[in-house]
Amino acid sequence: MTTPSRPTSPHLQIYRRAHTMVLSVLHRATGLALSAGLLLLTVWLLAIAAGPGPYAALKGRLDSVLGLVVLAGFAASFWYHFVAGIRHLVFDTGRSLERTQARRSAVLVVLATLALVVLTLWGVLRQRGLA
Amino acid sequence: MSRKTPLGRVLGLGAAGGSHHWWLQRLSSIALVPLGAWFAIALLTLPDFGWVGVHAWLSRPASTVLLLLLLPTALHHSWLGVTVVVEDYVSAPVAKTLTLLTLQLAHLLVGAAALYAILRIAFGSTP
Repeated sequence: MTTPSRPTSPHLQIYRRAHTMVLSVLHRATGLALSAGLLLLTVWLLAIAAGPGPYAALKGRLDSVLGLVVLAGFAASFWYHFVAGIRHLVFDTGRSLERTQARRSAVLVVLATLALVVLTLWGVLRQRGLA
Repeated sequence: MSRKTPLGRVLGLGAAGGSHHWWLQRLSSIALVPLGAWFAIALLTLPDFGWVGVHAWLSRPASTVLLLLLLPTALHHSWLGVTVVVEDYVSAPVAKTLTLLTLQLAHLLVGAAALYAILRIAFGSTP
């Protein structure tokens, strides 16, 4: 069967970039990252179940610079997806869909994420006796 | 739960399972707000990440119950999410089906492994 070249619907690159669009893309991206995070969480649980030896081996890897960068990425992704997800749940009830409201809640999402990331960083530093 | 109108259901109108998928994604999101918050806060308030402390925390009955809720809910939510992404961006039919099946299988495997780990932490003997 031959498909004639039909007019296609406008795709991402057609639209002028809007901040709210970036938020939406980030929600997907962080969601995908967190899927990988669930794999790591499961590996972590398996290591704990396996005993102190295997757990220490995994902990050593996670305490490396690369490990800490990955964990920081998961923590930031978690809080962003958490806050932006709540925003989407509000949208789903049909509320706050006007442009000005959506822009305001977008700012709120970014600020709340930053606050939670800072709180997390403080918590981690405190755990490590550095703050 | 079906969110189709009775007439739409009888006439077979609308997407096959989209509304059900959409509804489950919302339900799991709502459940993950308290579960995710619990897990994050508990991790951050642990005194340290030595095996003894972490194992003691996770083998408590409340932790076991919450983990048994958190992991399956999060994995189900994750599976629904990656499914939508693949459906949106992979258009070749064979590649799409294979990717979807692989991701479903991967989520099932991770889920089974997570359940095993949670139960072993709860009921296994402490070395």
